[in-house]
Amino acid sequence: MSMLELREVSKSYGQGSAEVHALHEVSLTAGEGAMVAVMGPSGSGKSTLLTIAGTLEDPTSGEVLIAGQPVSSLSRNAKARLRRRVIGYVFQDFNLLPGLTAAENVSLPLELDGLSARKARVAGLRALDRLGLGERAGHYPDQLSGGERQRVAIARAMVGERRLLLADEPSGALDSVNAQAVMRLLHEACKDAGMTAVVVTHDAQLASWADRVVFLRDGRITDQTAPAPGPESLLTPER
Amino acid sequence: MSVRHAMLALLSEGPKYGLQLREEFEARTGEIWPLNVGQVYTTLQRLERDGLAESDGSGEAGPQKGFRITAEGEQELARWLRTPPDLSSPPRDELVMKVLVALHVPDTDVHAVIQAHRRYLVELMQQWTRIKEDDTGSDLSMLLAVDAELFRLDSVVRWLDAAEARVKRAAADGAMTRADQADRADPASPQNPTRAPLRRHWREARLRG
Repeated sequence: MSMLELREVSKSYGQGSAEVHALHEVSLTAGEGAMVAVMGPSGSGKSTLLTIAGTLEDPTSGEVLIAGQPVSSLSRNAKARLRRRVIGYVFQDFNLLPGLTAAENVSLPLELDGLSARKARVAGLRALDRLGLGERAGHYPDQLSGGERQRVAIARAMVGERRLLLADEPSGALDSVNAQAVMRLLHEACKDAGMTAVVVTHDAQLASWADRVVFLRDGRITDQTAPAPGPESLLTPER
Repeated sequence: MSVRHAMLALLSEGPKYGLQLREEFEARTGEIWPLNVGQVYTTLQRLERDGLAESDGSGEAGPQKGFRITAEGEQELARWLRTPPDLSSPPRDELVMKVLVALHVPDTDVHAVIQAHRRYLVELMQQWTRIKEDDTGSDLSMLLAVDAELFRLDSVVRWLDAAEARVKRAAADGAMTRADQADRADPASPQNPTRAPLRRHWREARLRG
């Protein structure tokens, strides 16, 4: 079963002559454990696609299914619950709360979902540990490097039972070493923890961590990569 | 890749046999540059002839023949390491040529041409990145070689992105139509001095092709 499916999703803003078509009949599926990168120039509709996939906006037409369930059939409350429990978001500028420690930032979504503070903290620390940040749990965001802040944000996106990671230019504010590290973490979240990730990026090196890269242009998916053969094909000696 | 200097670098660590040199060369370059066994022995014979290396004794170079670097060889190696390769003239780039040609072929969707190349490059980059997946940081040579290839391919994707944006802009303001007309009238005419490098690129590529 696909964790995320977009069926002919279109999105328009404005009306009449001021109408802007951000997405045109975009169809996309991402199975469990898959990492999909969406590449395209500025204004191609990448962020709109992610916002709609994350149920933060409704499409003008078409359907979004998460874990097989049509999002349009859900009540407002059920949609909010889905966002809290199933979907994790990672943004370019981390979006950590400055007055909370790393551990508090990570456990906050669980507490908001009704989990006891103690249980939320245990889950938060476990998520930080998994990303090698156990030692930094008590630090505030301004005491962390950019790379560490983004790892905290990824821990927050993975904490609890979340299964779908949506990341919008997650490495955009980082140097190339930290950017690669973030993509590696997202890749491992898919391969080791079975999560599904959709990552928006304009950077081909970062996109190449994904199993599949789809290309978006003027609101349409114009192309996608074929499943790549293993790296052995690059290393065959010519004797 | 200068096999000659790579051999000198390996010999700078101490005396080695021919077979050992071949194995170490491949290990050091992350097995990305496979080496023909004949190449190794021919290179070693030339190093010996030029006084940059010396062998155990007379006879044909072979797997069991030992070699060591000479003082002259060490000087040559130090000079080579610090000498930048000649990158001053543009390389013959088939991909650039294809995109430039596509601009002039009737009924050709330049964006589709650009995308076909972009997809291929990203697919190649995915394969290189798979090598890094299992990286434990132990094989530094391999990682550096993989990074070099990823950065090289990435630079081509970036050029395609820039080219596509430029073509789109040119089409929007009609500039491409005007440029096409000028080219068709007289492709060699120097009506615009800023286009001279492009004309040179074409000319050189034609000569080489």
